[in-house]
Amino acid sequence: MDIAMTLNGSEVTFDVEPRTLLVNYIREAAGLKGTNIGCDTSSCGACTVLLDGRSVKSCTVLAAQADGSSITTIEGLAEADGTMHPVQRAFHEKHGLQCGYCTPGMVMAIVSLLGERGDHELTEADIRHGLEGNLCRCTGYHNIVQAAMAAARARELRS
Amino acid sequence: MIPTPFDYVRADSIEQALDLLNEHGDAAKLLAGGHSLLPLMKLRLASPEVLVDIGRLAELSYVRDGGDHVAIGALTSHDDLSRSALIAAELPVLAHVAGQIGDPQVRHRGTIGGSIAHGDPASDLPAVVLALGGTLVLTGPSEIREVSSSKFHLGFLETAVAPDEILTEIRLPKMGSRGWGFEKLTKRAQDWAIVGAVAVCLDGNGSVGVGLINVGPVPTRALSVEAAVAAGSGAAEAAAHADTGIDVTGDLNASESFRRHLTRVLVERALETALAGEPA
Repeated sequence: MDIAMTLNGSEVTFDVEPRTLLVNYIREAAGLKGTNIGCDTSSCGACTVLLDGRSVKSCTVLAAQADGSSITTIEGLAEADGTMHPVQRAFHEKHGLQCGYCTPGMVMAIVSLLGERGDHELTEADIRHGLEGNLCRCTGYHNIVQAAMAAARARELRS
Repeated sequence: MIPTPFDYVRADSIEQALDLLNEHGDAAKLLAGGHSLLPLMKLRLASPEVLVDIGRLAELSYVRDGGDHVAIGALTSHDDLSRSALIAAELPVLAHVAGQIGDPQVRHRGTIGGSIAHGDPASDLPAVVLALGGTLVLTGPSEIREVSSSKFHLGFLETAVAPDEILTEIRLPKMGSRGWGFEKLTKRAQDWAIVGAVAVCLDGNGSVGVGLINVGPVPTRALSVEAAVAAGSGAAEAAAHADTGIDVTGDLNASESFRRHLTRVLVERALETALAGEPA
């Protein structure tokens, strides 16, 4: 079946089986390999992308369920000239990664969290609660939370 | 992990979804957010031939004031429940529990109707509906019927929803500022409860509703606890028999005896919080 979506701002259509998972649509059909598959059981969050602006685990969404929707992956965050998204920059500056496998999902989950919370100030507790769906096996989360808080503060300074 | 092949149809209205269920019979399965069904399909524990996707029926995503109750559309997401001003004011226990389900990504996709119709005893929301004494609205091809939550869960993953019906609305009596308590024990923050308990004060006369999570094979009301509180027992005394008369499950996460212990402890804590939260 033809599944069409707006993927990182571009209109795409691919003919896939109904059982195709969104993460496989993104990685195999569209060829964007930045979204990782970790546990494949909606636990680890490595496959997190934005579906109409809200974080979802793309291993547990059918591509067909996203037909006609807008999807943003890690490849869709930086500007065309390579300028990093504030959350990417915060991960860079706070050393919010070690092996990097969970990083695309972590970044997308934080982008969603910052978007959902609007103008509310995000506390460390909000961020830790907001990252419950993303597992990291390297860093112990400290620098990831620091990066998220830096990105939240940068947003408040801009607004 | 990839599900077995199936046909996928997206329904654009309740009527069309009912027609598709009628047409395909037992071969069809409704898909809402997919956060109960898709994991089972990926593990190939479920292999429906036809998926009828009702997940984007906007007409089933709402929270409305029904006078003495709040009416919730079956496709309202856990995230929307946790952020609804009406639910925060009239059903604070539901707002809190919905905000503790899984993790943010799961709450964005999972729906109250999907969770309740799936009938998993480990799910949090059925226990809230049981504790509040809610009503489930089932829409079929020829009639709309209302089923009491106490008669809804029939067996493991088995509910009162007939193959040609759709759970369309959940009605919960308003609790306003009445006291409530919620406890669940998980290994990781995002996990299913090993055991959980919900306690809600139902009126000013000392009556409580108590729902249990992941204790037996079906979502369960702790009737013995409710009766003990109604007879004047305090939290500790009432909770001492919370597991009495229940077919308690033993599994990898907890033996039967440990789960019975957890049931008594968590019910006591939830009851204490609920009773302490009652307006003076």
